[in-house]
Amino acid sequence: MKLLKLALRNLLGARLRTWLNVIVLSFAFVTIIGLQGVYEGMNRQAMQAEIEAEYGGGQFWHPEYNPYDPLTLQEAHDSPPPEIQEMINKGEATPILILQGTAYPQGRFYPVLLKGIDPGQKILNIPSFVLNDQEEEFPALIGTRMAESLKIKAGDKVTLRWRDVNGTFDAREATIVHVMRTTVQAIDQGQIWLPLEKLQQLAGMEKAATIVVVDKNIKNIPENAGWVLKDQKTLLRDIQELVKTKTVGSSILYIILMLLAMLAIFDTQVLSIWRRRKEIGTLMALGMTRWSVVKLFTLEGALHGILATLVGAIYGLPLLTLFARKGWGMPEAVDSYGFAIGERIYPIYSGGLILGTTLLVLIVTTIVSFLPSRRIAKMKPTEALRGKIQ
Amino acid sequence: MENNQLILTQKLTKIYPMGQHQLYALKEVDLSFGPGEFAGLVGPSGSGKTTFLNIVGSLDVPSQGQVEVLGRRIETLTHKEAAELRKKHIGFIFQTFNLLPVYTVFENVEFPLILLGLPSSERRQRVMEALEWVRLADRANSRPAQLSGGECQRVAIARAIVKKPALILADEPTANLDAENSHNILQIMARLNQELGITFIFATHDEKVIGYLKRKITLVDGRVTKDETYSSQPGMEGHHEAS
Repeated sequence: MKLLKLALRNLLGARLRTWLNVIVLSFAFVTIIGLQGVYEGMNRQAMQAEIEAEYGGGQFWHPEYNPYDPLTLQEAHDSPPPEIQEMINKGEATPILILQGTAYPQGRFYPVLLKGIDPGQKILNIPSFVLNDQEEEFPALIGTRMAESLKIKAGDKVTLRWRDVNGTFDAREATIVHVMRTTVQAIDQGQIWLPLEKLQQLAGMEKAATIVVVDKNIKNIPENAGWVLKDQKTLLRDIQELVKTKTVGSSILYIILMLLAMLAIFDTQVLSIWRRRKEIGTLMALGMTRWSVVKLFTLEGALHGILATLVGAIYGLPLLTLFARKGWGMPEAVDSYGFAIGERIYPIYSGGLILGTTLLVLIVTTIVSFLPSRRIAKMKPTEALRGKIQ
Repeated sequence: MENNQLILTQKLTKIYPMGQHQLYALKEVDLSFGPGEFAGLVGPSGSGKTTFLNIVGSLDVPSQGQVEVLGRRIETLTHKEAAELRKKHIGFIFQTFNLLPVYTVFENVEFPLILLGLPSSERRQRVMEALEWVRLADRANSRPAQLSGGECQRVAIARAIVKKPALILADEPTANLDAENSHNILQIMARLNQELGITFIFATHDEKVIGYLKRKITLVDGRVTKDETYSSQPGMEGHHEAS
């Protein structure tokens, strides 16, 4: 308490030097929390969007289905086993038939996945109801990225080709009834959504599906229902890994920020010890032990961290709250980032993030302050009083 | 060693290694100081005055010999014990004042009391008493940079006396002061010696200081060459009578 009082007095007495360090450190502190919050928000938003539009509460996969091997698609379809069919009948799950196909927009050809979905399904956040269009014989739904790739728009017609159940090529002209805007690339890029029954009928695969998506609100999904169960956690693993990779990238930025701030503290400490060597001698003459002086100087340095937290809170709290409310506008370029990013990212600042960052700043500041202060322990009071450092 | 002495040195020797050679800062110094003394070590630069004060003040240790201060053997003290001795019983006054620049006058004087862990109310009372002694109570909120040299040294005196030490060691306290300020602070110190019974030991070659001493010890090349005491009171410049 005694040392704390003296350290605080010294620190505040140094005025501008202290406040410059504190401002630099608080900037690093707020930026780290801000950036981490954006990544946390991005992570949550991406996962939420993936759950709502693609994964639901989990998926049953046909045993032959491998999303990374398109050649398996020809064999990966069948009527869902009874237990899964019962879930479909109860509205707890929705089947999706996936076929490898080719689109021929304006004479060009484009490999696509044809996905049959029940137009009346409520499990996934996809506007499948537009496929109920009675006026069009073969309505199709695509996303904005797909529309951009194929250079087509709502109302355009595009020829689609696929292999039926016997491996024979078949083709039909589909009408794009709607172009949906979605943050989830996995339901947009390279995919054309069609009415399930129509696709089953055209491919000769009545009642067949490739995957069955379970409602996200269903808690106890049967594990041994006949098809391979991919729970939500497993399905989200890839995106979590991706986010982790991006987070490592962002860490470099805040490591640099922290290094800059720590360099300022370290520099201040070294200069302080050099400039105040007579004062150090005086403190010893007045009755402080060498280690008390080391502790005093370390505490002075560490208090930069505490002051930076307080100063950071003064301008950081309103600033970060504003970002959390208004969101962080994302440029269109980040659409190619690899996972679902909305037009605005809403940062999430968890208690753990704030507490963790605060502790990190305080611990690192203390260590950085202690390192140069150790020299004091080697000082002789008589030499220090004469302004010398061993 | 005798117990009625405040300070007792026996064959005190301090050697500094200087490359291949050794420099004897003090050579077998035998001195003793009783309570209430107003004594000075006098001699040219390099005669060992400051070294003697540093050892007696437990800031340094002897190379050979024995030093007893307030019943404690300096050469056997740990860093912590030496710091404790300084904190409780010894006050220092330096040539360059050595005030803490970011502290106010009040805070500078209060500093030793914070180290002693005294409560805030007692600290305030004792600081103001000490500042009254040096006639600086009205400058309590000033910072050292706002004070003259004489005022700074008066703050240093207040800082030295505030913990009511048994011993004050003053190293060239008037070297940076003009004649008027020198006399002012010497009169203050003489009065503190007389009224509070604090022992003062000076290291000086300033004639003004010498004029106030009750006892003058002359050091030449680390040896005591003369040890004179005077019957007249300090401050009676020119009226010294050696005994």
